[in-house]
Amino acid sequence: MAAKTLTIDGKQISAEEGATVLQAADEAGVKIPTLCHLDGVYDVGACRLCLVEIAGVPKLLPACTTQVAEGMVIHTDSERLRKYRRMTLELLFAERNHVCAVCVANGHCELQSLAYNQGMDHVRYEYNFPKWSVDNTHRLFGMDHNRCILCTRCVRVCWHIEGAGTKNVAGRGGKAHIISDLNMSWGQSYSCTECGKCVQACPTGALFHKGSTAAEMERDRTRLEFLVTAREKKQWITGEE
Amino acid sequence: MKVRLATVWFGGCAGCHMSFLDLDEFLIDLAEKVELVYSPVVDVKEYPEDVDVCLIEGAICNEDNLELLHKIRQRTKVLVSFGDCAVTANVPAIRNQLGLGNAESVLQVAYIDNAQHNPCLPKEDGIVPPLLKKVLPVHEVVNVEHFLPGCPPPADRIKALVGQMLAGVEPKLEGAQLKFG
Amino acid sequence: MILNDLLQIKDQERAARKKTTLRCCMAAGCMSSDSKGVKEQLEKAVADAGLQDTVEVRGVGCMKLCCEGPLVQADPQNALYIKVTSENAPSIIAALKGGKAEAAQTDPDAAFFKKQLSIVLANSGVVDPDRIESYIALDGYQALHEVLHEMTPKDVVDTMVNSGLRGRGGAGFPTGLKWGTVAKSPGAKKYVICNADEGDPGAFMDRSVLESDPHAVLEGMAIAAYAVGADQGFIYVRAEYPLAITRLQTAIKQAKQLGVLGSGIFESPFNFTIDIRIGAGAFVCGEETALMASVEGKRGTPRPRPPFPAESGLFGCPTLINNVETFANVPAIYRNGAEWFAGIGTEKSKGTKVFALAGKIKNTGLIEVPMGTPLRTIVEEMGGGAPGGAKIKAVQTGGPSGGCIPSQHLDTPVDYESLGKLGSIMGSGGMIVMDESTRMVDVARFFMEFCMDESCGKCIPCRAGTVQMHNLLEKILDRRATPRDLLKLEELCDMVKNTSLCGLGQTAPNPTLSTLRFFRNEYEELLQPEAHGPKGNGEAKKQTLTT
Repeated sequence: MAAKTLTIDGKQISAEEGATVLQAADEAGVKIPTLCHLDGVYDVGACRLCLVEIAGVPKLLPACTTQVAEGMVIHTDSERLRKYRRMTLELLFAERNHVCAVCVANGHCELQSLAYNQGMDHVRYEYNFPKWSVDNTHRLFGMDHNRCILCTRCVRVCWHIEGAGTKNVAGRGGKAHIISDLNMSWGQSYSCTECGKCVQACPTGALFHKGSTAAEMERDRTRLEFLVTAREKKQWITGEE
Repeated sequence: MKVRLATVWFGGCAGCHMSFLDLDEFLIDLAEKVELVYSPVVDVKEYPEDVDVCLIEGAICNEDNLELLHKIRQRTKVLVSFGDCAVTANVPAIRNQLGLGNAESVLQVAYIDNAQHNPCLPKEDGIVPPLLKKVLPVHEVVNVEHFLPGCPPPADRIKALVGQMLAGVEPKLEGAQLKFG
Repeated sequence: MILNDLLQIKDQERAARKKTTLRCCMAAGCMSSDSKGVKEQLEKAVADAGLQDTVEVRGVGCMKLCCEGPLVQADPQNALYIKVTSENAPSIIAALKGGKAEAAQTDPDAAFFKKQLSIVLANSGVVDPDRIESYIALDGYQALHEVLHEMTPKDVVDTMVNSGLRGRGGAGFPTGLKWGTVAKSPGAKKYVICNADEGDPGAFMDRSVLESDPHAVLEGMAIAAYAVGADQGFIYVRAEYPLAITRLQTAIKQAKQLGVLGSGIFESPFNFTIDIRIGAGAFVCGEETALMASVEGKRGTPRPRPPFPAESGLFGCPTLINNVETFANVPAIYRNGAEWFAGIGTEKSKGTKVFALAGKIKNTGLIEVPMGTPLRTIVEEMGGGAPGGAKIKAVQTGGPSGGCIPSQHLDTPVDYESLGKLGSIMGSGGMIVMDESTRMVDVARFFMEFCMDESCGKCIPCRAGTVQMHNLLEKILDRRATPRDLLKLEELCDMVKNTSLCGLGQTAPNPTLSTLRFFRNEYEELLQPEAHGPKGNGEAKKQTLTT
């Protein structure tokens, strides 16, 4: 595999051909904020938080789906990018009902931590206050659509790691939402294997273990990592190693 | 001259004020530098003129909140949205999700459906303020200079912001100090 | 099928022509005002008068002046009847024998028609779209034959490059370059897709082309397929175009029967089949990556590019996607040569452009003009200006991705660069004229609502940003907004434009930005003073509390 040399935020680094800008930055210790990205699952470039500036490219490109190229000069933290990232987060907070104080994921939420790390001290847009339902029909898990940010991580782990294909997206625009099977309640789903990977993958409190209350929903991402490494590298690593 | 400080309590649980009291010994330092001119913890009925800074707890839920907030804005140099209810409207705004008629719905549930004795809606013109159709965060009503998120904001966060203001620097909270919830 | 068979059909068809032709528009616009009934009555009247041997009643595609339909054109009399009804249709036959026609007429040599230059629409309103012979009579499929037997795929690409044709879907990407890229992409399996998911409000060019001259599109696709090395084509057409779908189905069937589509076309080793895929009502499926996802049977959402479809498109194979009008240009380019085509239009925008002229304008309909024609010629001379002599305020091009060009810029020539400089785009050809009674903030709100409803919901800026921009526009229209809200709107426009995943989101702010650029006063007139207290953010924020 040929190596490519490139510059990220002034740092000269080399990366493997075929690596994404996100992977290259990560290896170089440059942290690019992400939300829809999840290690081990294919990327969709949807949340736009990892957009970076690449010299000579007029458009901003998502680091998660852009491959490194020789001589690339990348900026990941310009004032403009920081401004867009904060706006993106404000749009998300205004879109559905994210009430951190009473959320199961309070303190363990990627949306929440991204917001404070990007300096979002308040939301300048009017809150939409939509009416979304909570699906508590599943034996083990619950889904609160009020907290969903449509990152589709749950859909991707369900299809590509578990292979069950239970979760999907229905509707368009602001009406888009996650469904189980052919838009039935989760508890009635025929295809759900109750593996819980979607719950582990969720960045917010939208998917949770039943019985957890405010701030109790901690996730164990090593479970997903374990499966992905097992499949891709044929290595059965355990958390202790 | 001491800084004229006010704190006000709108639609919220008073937790932010409790957290303020958790400032403990810093309260003593504070007392040397500020004069508390209006607050739920002092017995002043009318919001005074020429207030330097006001910490606002709570979301704007009823017509009294609205009226007082406008008065506060007129009489205060610097407003601080104090805690999640003021910053995001938080829990009080959950009723907004019910759409039109949400105020009536929550009153019905609280005072009729769940009443154990004498079910009736509280109504007394001039005394019981009517609820707004929509609960609002403070900055959607008036300009707000600084934001202090948290439910409640921990005492050290309050100390950081108030300390910076008293030190004469532009207050700036960063990272986890801005955490909601 | 060899060339002689084709020429034989052509000769037979020409020989069968009768002395008088009555062309009756059978495109969707006229059919919605009963042109079918008109045609039946015309046929009946011809039979009643015993004129079957000398008069042909031909159902044709769009005759362009849609607002006056149903249209009937009598030749060689050169009489164009308008608003024909099934009641007064027989009088047109009577007029052929010296009687008086009750149906009103309009001047077929008026500026609306005379200023047009037809390449894409050359057959529209002339050929019978339901009969392949009618297309062959006008040299149809000869270009395909020539390409297959006289040219290498590389020659075909070179000709396209030399013609200077640019994509008519809106962005104006050089067609030859696209063909060349797909041709060079490695892969045994390649696809050609015709994007017929026309969805801009007020746009109906592609529908008319499909309804009027489906074979031109098929021939264009076949030539493209030969050039890039594809053997399978798809036409992605929206379900809201049932007549276009029917005509395409008929055309594909006839083309297969004749052997101009299918295996071993014109006894060459070239195979090409075309299938139709019907959209399910999502505007975003006009975006090429979303369209391909939809053809694959997936949820129609776009994905980041690169990789571009030319490298990895449908089912991961190199794929050529062009729109209807682009393909409809192709046969003429190979019949007449790249130089001929490159001689039409401007330096950077070659050929013609079809526009659907709509809105506050006298002559609503379809026009095709050489690139570089001033907007004023289109709107005032051809379109006849606003009805009732009202003053034209602006012309909207490019639909929800475009902008409003104010009347002081009406002398702008229509080409990709000039419209781009004014903050609009050429777009697919929708052209909506507005007069003084139109409020520009309303226009911005309308298009924003459209984009908000049509956002697929995949990326956050488009999904949530359009909602907030729409909120702010509503707030401005309700006179509740302050100057700060206007700043917020502009900031969001910039953000959504630069961060959205696909073209829908990236261009959604354009109508707002362009109306802000030229009609900012209309926004400002609706604003309220800051109601946020006398000590607003500005001065107070700078004060600290040291006393």
